[in-house]
Amino acid sequence: MKSERKLTRRQALKLFGAGAASAALAACAAPAAQPGGQPAQQPQQPEQPAQQPKRRLEIFSWWTNGGEADGLNAMYEVFLQKNPGVEIINATVAGGAGTNAKAVLQTRLAGGQPPDSWQVHAGRETLSYVNAGQVEPLTEFFTEKGFDKVMPQFLLDQLKINGEIWTVPVNIHRSNVLWYNPKVLEEAGIEPKFPTLDSLFAALEKLKAQGKVIPIAVGGKDKFEASHTFESILLAVFGVEDYIKLWDGTDTMWNDPRAAEALGQLKRLFSYANSDRAAQGWADAMTMVLEGKAAMTIMGDWAHGLGISKGAKVNQDYGWMPAPGSDAFMWLSDSFCLAKGAPNPNEARAWLEVCGSREGQDAFNPKKGSIPARTDPDLSKYDDYLKAAIADFASKPLVPSAAHGASTTNAYQAKFHNTLEVFSSDLDEKSALESLKEAVADNNR
Amino acid sequence: MAIARPALAAPVVRRRVLHRDRLIAVFMLLPSIIAIAVFVYGFIAYTAYVSMSNYTTARIDLSFVGLDHYVRLFGERRFQENIRNLVVFTLMFLAVCLVFGLVLALMVDARVKGESLFRSIYLFPMAISFIVTGVAWRWLFTPGDLEPTGINLLLERIGLGFLKARWITDTSVWPNLEVPGLKVRLMVPLAIVPVVIAAVWQMSGFAMAMFLAGLRSIPEEIKEAARVDGCSEWQLLRYIVLPMLRPVTLSAIVVLTHVSLKTFDLIMTMTGGGPGNKTELPSLYMYELRFSQFNTAQAAAVAMILLILVSLLTVPYLLYNRRAQSVEQ
Amino acid sequence: MSAISPAAHPVHGKPLRQRLSRALLYAVMIALALWFLLPVYLLLITAFKDFSEVSLSRMWDLPTRLSLESFDRAWNGGQGTTGMRGSFLNSVLVVVPATVISCLLGSMNGYVLSKWKFRGSETLFTLILFGMFIPYQSILVPLVMVLSAIGLYASLPGLILTHVVYGIPITTLIFRNYYANVPTELVEAGQIDGAGFFSIYRRILLPLSAPGFVVVAIWQFTSIWNEFLFGLIITNDPRLRPVTVALQNMSGSQFTQWNVQMAGALIVAVPTLLVYIFLGRYFLRGLLAGSLKG
Repeated sequence: MKSERKLTRRQALKLFGAGAASAALAACAAPAAQPGGQPAQQPQQPEQPAQQPKRRLEIFSWWTNGGEADGLNAMYEVFLQKNPGVEIINATVAGGAGTNAKAVLQTRLAGGQPPDSWQVHAGRETLSYVNAGQVEPLTEFFTEKGFDKVMPQFLLDQLKINGEIWTVPVNIHRSNVLWYNPKVLEEAGIEPKFPTLDSLFAALEKLKAQGKVIPIAVGGKDKFEASHTFESILLAVFGVEDYIKLWDGTDTMWNDPRAAEALGQLKRLFSYANSDRAAQGWADAMTMVLEGKAAMTIMGDWAHGLGISKGAKVNQDYGWMPAPGSDAFMWLSDSFCLAKGAPNPNEARAWLEVCGSREGQDAFNPKKGSIPARTDPDLSKYDDYLKAAIADFASKPLVPSAAHGASTTNAYQAKFHNTLEVFSSDLDEKSALESLKEAVADNNR
Repeated sequence: MAIARPALAAPVVRRRVLHRDRLIAVFMLLPSIIAIAVFVYGFIAYTAYVSMSNYTTARIDLSFVGLDHYVRLFGERRFQENIRNLVVFTLMFLAVCLVFGLVLALMVDARVKGESLFRSIYLFPMAISFIVTGVAWRWLFTPGDLEPTGINLLLERIGLGFLKARWITDTSVWPNLEVPGLKVRLMVPLAIVPVVIAAVWQMSGFAMAMFLAGLRSIPEEIKEAARVDGCSEWQLLRYIVLPMLRPVTLSAIVVLTHVSLKTFDLIMTMTGGGPGNKTELPSLYMYELRFSQFNTAQAAAVAMILLILVSLLTVPYLLYNRRAQSVEQ
Repeated sequence: MSAISPAAHPVHGKPLRQRLSRALLYAVMIALALWFLLPVYLLLITAFKDFSEVSLSRMWDLPTRLSLESFDRAWNGGQGTTGMRGSFLNSVLVVVPATVISCLLGSMNGYVLSKWKFRGSETLFTLILFGMFIPYQSILVPLVMVLSAIGLYASLPGLILTHVVYGIPITTLIFRNYYANVPTELVEAGQIDGAGFFSIYRRILLPLSAPGFVVVAIWQFTSIWNEFLFGLIITNDPRLRPVTVALQNMSGSQFTQWNVQMAGALIVAVPTLLVYIFLGRYFLRGLLAGSLKG
């Protein structure tokens, strides 16, 4: 080792140069697939003069495919008509039942690379972004654009966090819908009318006794199916007012004996469901209904979109009614926020204006298979089911969905889903109730 | 830059050249050392720090809270299940993969017709990602209810109906041992068996390839000599072939362990961790904690525990490997 | 390798028992082969179906028509689906350089760690190797931070760098083990002849390295091609996405048209399958030559 000192400084420097050069090689030897490290600059419109600074807008969503992607593109078209020359980066991520999108968004936010605007379920799901100071308040923007006058007051109230509105809802889905196969019910001699849980169970009992089909199909693979079914039961058991109180971030309502009763009802419902539900997604469950292998399933009205793409016709091949026990409208909504420190705040605001506009919503929703959050849609663009949903949205009491973030934070939702997924397999009411009570604090963060 | 200079024949000069070369050697490693230092150890240090911080919401808060998150994790039933599943999955995957890979290698090596075709078929799953096949596996192992589906339907059609099972919807744990102090039952959650089957499907070809390489490097003369000495084929395998396959086996174990500990996509697409967390691994829980619950600190604690577990499993091998190497020299 | 086996086939004239066991061997091998092909068969028949025919209860039914529509949609896009055509190129632009750099880096590391050992080099090797086991899901946030800091976030070079870095452990391991089988005397002889560090590498080790390169190249090619998580996190623009991410994006946020998705899956698998089918024997030969024998 001693003789190594003989190395002259010049030699050492030269060597270090070689080492550093090869380090640099490792880092940059990649062919310049993308000049520089900047995100996606491939000019889409070459006619754009090069020296003029490019106006851009990056929108993050999980609408990657099918009607949702078509709807999003339709909204982009509206945007581009009003804001020509803006380059839209459509940063979409799907897969992993939504967790992939959240993973990308979270790493970007933590890494200081926010998109201009991202998709989030309207309501309490926005809370964590608000608390972390990652989004801008939009209450003034709402008044400025007059959105507060065209959306139901009840919805606006449920959107508020710390007294402010933070996101612009572009659509409304209904969560508490029971889908059924009319032919199967007819053959079983059952009238498709289940106003109460008891009437539902009577029908399920009848179907089970006949043993020809699965009485009620339930999924589980996508993680939210059990909790989704449960929220409809909670609404039936608690009624509108107390159901809303369940999500206030305290365990008051969970200590109410009705909480245990609701779990008992869910357990009872599972006894009529397919035993392989852990392996099935909600779409598999709905497919069973469409194929007549199951009589019914409780799912949000995106199931209608599945029915259409399977070539089935609503009110003919499949029917629907509000989930038994309550005719309230349990809503969830996709919305867009404004990132704090958005790279292109002006474009982002212009985007949010499109999101809240009648034109934007009427371009998006018929394709997506949802209804506008506004009360003034162009009805001619919507199919029969959506027209009925629009009417219900305007006339029924509105309650927020828990399984889809309208009344729950991300943290709470994850635990809510997991608890119910576990319950779907071990049917242990006591430990499920305990976990639900333990998790309530998460609905505040 | 270091083209040999034939004039440098004198020992002193040569030694100096040698020393210079030593330095070059170290410098050539530098890029990798720097990269690993930052991207592995730097990130581990960051994760370790975060795991003891108060970073439990979307808001970044790196104030120190100590080992709270670890304590909470170990008390959680879900995390205990994760660890059980990981241990069971890794052990079953390793054992089945190695045995099955060896059997495949022995069969392919038995001078069969169409050897290269069989070999390609057994090896090709390695080329395919679980992003691609995960769904097919879920479908295969969905048991059906009133009417069988997937594998169950297939088994029934080919007259093996007695093999029907509940596969990835089986919630039972076998033998369902209760251990005081633990919130989970041990040992094998049956739903994990199909997941192991899918993982074995993908990686047994690799084990086969390794063993095949090992088998072919055993000189034919040794086997012949043993046969002449009256060894049966079984004894040959037991006393000559298997011991000579040991180094290959060890390498295969390292690679397979690494694959099994990284298993994520497969579970994500095949079971999502269900039924009731029976197939969930810490990597999935970590993903949920970080990206659905926004509990970064808790997720970091899972990552650290995972790393510690990996160290427990692999450091002995790495040390053994090192000792073996130095004995060789 | 196939050249070795078919010649020797001493079935004729063997006793019945041996012929029976031979038949049994083939039966088992064929059954296993069918089992190995089963998931792919499922992918294939689903890809040819119409979405209305896709369901769990009808998964084994053959498609009622033979249409390439799903493949067309998966590749070219349409009806709300974004085709994978563009992403294919992205993946190639990532995989090729990343594989080449991984090979060179791994080979150099293996050379140094096997032939130029220094005090602590074994510990260093162990430390590098341990990097193989880091759970990627846990380091995504610092990864994005570091890549942003060096200006490579949301770019293909950033993705290449990440793949190269996390490929270092395995490539180093393979090359080190491979070079460990090259007699040290060869290197010493080179030194006596006055050859320096690089000329020994170039003139002695590199010419012997082909099997090692094949193993590393195949390994890195397939794992980078199939990798999903880094591709997802590091690229944000659909125009930069690798194929695996594009494939995942074919599943909607709500339901997935499995026929299209599985057609896409088959397309994604083509390059790696070709690699294994055509280079599989070299992979085996490389393993045989000692790259992973430890």
